[in-house]
Amino acid sequence: MATKPLVPSASAVRWLGVIAAPTALALGFLWAGGGLTPHRLTQTSLLDALRAVDGTPPGFRRNHAKGVCVTGWFEGNGNAAGISTASVLQPGRVPVVGRFALAGGMPFQADAPAKVRSMALRLMSPDGQEWRMGINDIPVFPVRTPQEFQDLQLASRPDPASGKPDPARVKAFRAAHPWLRAAGAQITHRPLSSGFSDDTYRSLNSFLFVAKDGAKAAVRLSMVPLQPVTPADAHAGDHDYLFRQLIDDLHAHPLQWRLMVTLAGSGDAIDNPSKEWSRDNRQIDAGTLTLKDIESEENGPCTGITFDPLVLPRGMMPSGDPILQARSAAYMRSFYLRSGERPTAPAVSPEMTVPPANAKDNKS
Amino acid sequence: MKNVKSFTMPSRVLHWVMAVMILAMIFIGVFMASTVGSDYYRLVALHRSVGIAILVLAMLRLGNRLHTPPPPLPEDLPPVIKVGAHASHILLYVLMIVLPLVGWGMLSAGGYPIPLWGQSVRLPPILPYDPMLWAELRSAHTLLAFLLFGLVLAHITAALFHGLIRRDGVLRSMLLRASLDPISQESHGD
Ligand code: HEM
Ligand code: HEM
Ligand code: HEM
Repeated sequence: MATKPLVPSASAVRWLGVIAAPTALALGFLWAGGGLTPHRLTQTSLLDALRAVDGTPPGFRRNHAKGVCVTGWFEGNGNAAGISTASVLQPGRVPVVGRFALAGGMPFQADAPAKVRSMALRLMSPDGQEWRMGINDIPVFPVRTPQEFQDLQLASRPDPASGKPDPARVKAFRAAHPWLRAAGAQITHRPLSSGFSDDTYRSLNSFLFVAKDGAKAAVRLSMVPLQPVTPADAHAGDHDYLFRQLIDDLHAHPLQWRLMVTLAGSGDAIDNPSKEWSRDNRQIDAGTLTLKDIESEENGPCTGITFDPLVLPRGMMPSGDPILQARSAAYMRSFYLRSGERPTAPAVSPEMTVPPANAKDNKS
Repeated sequence: MKNVKSFTMPSRVLHWVMAVMILAMIFIGVFMASTVGSDYYRLVALHRSVGIAILVLAMLRLGNRLHTPPPPLPEDLPPVIKVGAHASHILLYVLMIVLPLVGWGMLSAGGYPIPLWGQSVRLPPILPYDPMLWAELRSAHTLLAFLLFGLVLAHITAALFHGLIRRDGVLRSMLLRASLDPISQESHGD
């Protein structure tokens, strides 16, 4: 057997053959990762847009950064079992870990009546099926698509000179998106309740409930308070009054909400969260949420959870709403980044959430 | 050169099925991790299921490899190259097994449910819930996937170098139907 040199001479075409496939793969890799399309909407570009508005204090959620953990349970009543096989909707209790928060990426922002409040929940069925949701107290979402979300964030980023959003940029966004005008007006003119405890929270995005026979029904969800609702009042100067009020309420008694499932009517836009649904749709009272305990995010049970709206139990599916996909992707990225960072102490500190009896014990 | 024996049929089938799956997974992975579009949820679901399938196949393949040793490389290859080839194959095996385990492990540590094939199967967590560990493993998953991709590129370049430049039968030893392959037929003429 003749020994060949390690690299025998060969034609350029053959060398091209060696190089072509790996080069094509490397280019494909670059394209798939967005390297060739710098304007692609990505997890990074969405989080960057949020950061442009709010900055990034390390360790906190990139949105809804100021919050507090709560725990309790959800008790299904079986009324919605006909449209979804999800075990949480059957009669029975499941444990809940949740979080109340203010929208926005600033973990130390001051509370104010018109700031968007949110409730986030993780419901854990005994069979291991899990349902997570993050719901807001506005009637509709201000935008229809992830691209619009990013554009709106960028338009409302504070001007470095004034520290306030540039009104001209916001106006330009509004002018370019006339179809969002109705949503903007509905959000601005929504009735404001006094605090977290008497607020109504809505899924805004739509989901599909799947019945036993496979039939799918488009629904939106809301949590309606069983506490009496009182209108918002001014609390100038108290930086954390909304959270203090929630802590006091929960130390006094459990808080309850009714889970209302609204079915889409024939004219309702399922995949557009900026459009309100008709008000005379069929609604199902699906069960009651009871929250009993409250804890600071510092070592609290909700801190290491991302309330990804696409963590759904069997019997529920995402609708075609494009915002849902972007949320799932952005929440995972935010959860990854913040989990690797060391946070400073949160605004709602462990001292603030100590129940009154223990507070006395601690002093003695 | 004609005395370079082929890999056994099961080895070759496993090699090519997994080559397609792994390349697809790398592309799905980098694409889904940089998209917020309407396919995100479906791609992540596909990624989990195919990733676990790769893990199962890689274990089978490792068993097969330990059971039936591969044909030797051509004798005239310098020892350094042989050692390098051998080491890169070991590293490929390690990554084929470790990368899906890191994927599974990171979702476990992050407290995510891990459904496969729609909602029909749910994988149990293989690591305790620990968000800090989730963050570290999520970084490791990217790093190892990029390493795997680099290694695969080098591997393919080497395989084509053997097939087109050296024409020493190494590429043919892995092809499914060597006799139908123009390159290897040509190499008979050497
Ligand atoms: C494309 C649109 C959206 C983007 C990019 C976005 C982004 C984010 C991010 C990055 C987080 C932090 C997640 C974490 O670190 O765990 C978050 C939290 C949250 N988002 Fe969104 N969001 C969007 C739309 C919505 C919508 C439509 C709703 C309500 C219906 C919503 C409600 C919430 C709630 C309630 C939280 C806080 C969850 C908690 O308390 O942990 N978001 N959002
Ligand atoms: C051979 C198997 C696998 C390969 C080649 C692979 C490859 C990849 C790649 C290239 C990425 C993108 C990384 C980035 O750009 O940051 C990725 C992300 C990811 N992988 Fe894998 N993976 C594998 C197995 C798995 C398994 C078994 C699971 C889970 C059970 C998994 C879950 C994930 C998740 C959740 C992400 C992040 C998605 C996101 O950031 O939106 N992977 N994978
Ligand atoms: C993701 C893609 C790939 C992976 C993970 C991979 C992995 C491997 C591994 C581990 C081996 C060692 C033999 C064994 O135990 O099975 C091997 C051998 C081989 N592969 Fe690949 N491979 C890939 C793609 C390719 C491609 C695209 C080609 C052809 C262009 C190729 C050509 C070869 C050849 C010729 C051998 C035999 C080398 C020898 O005789 O030692 N591989 N591959």
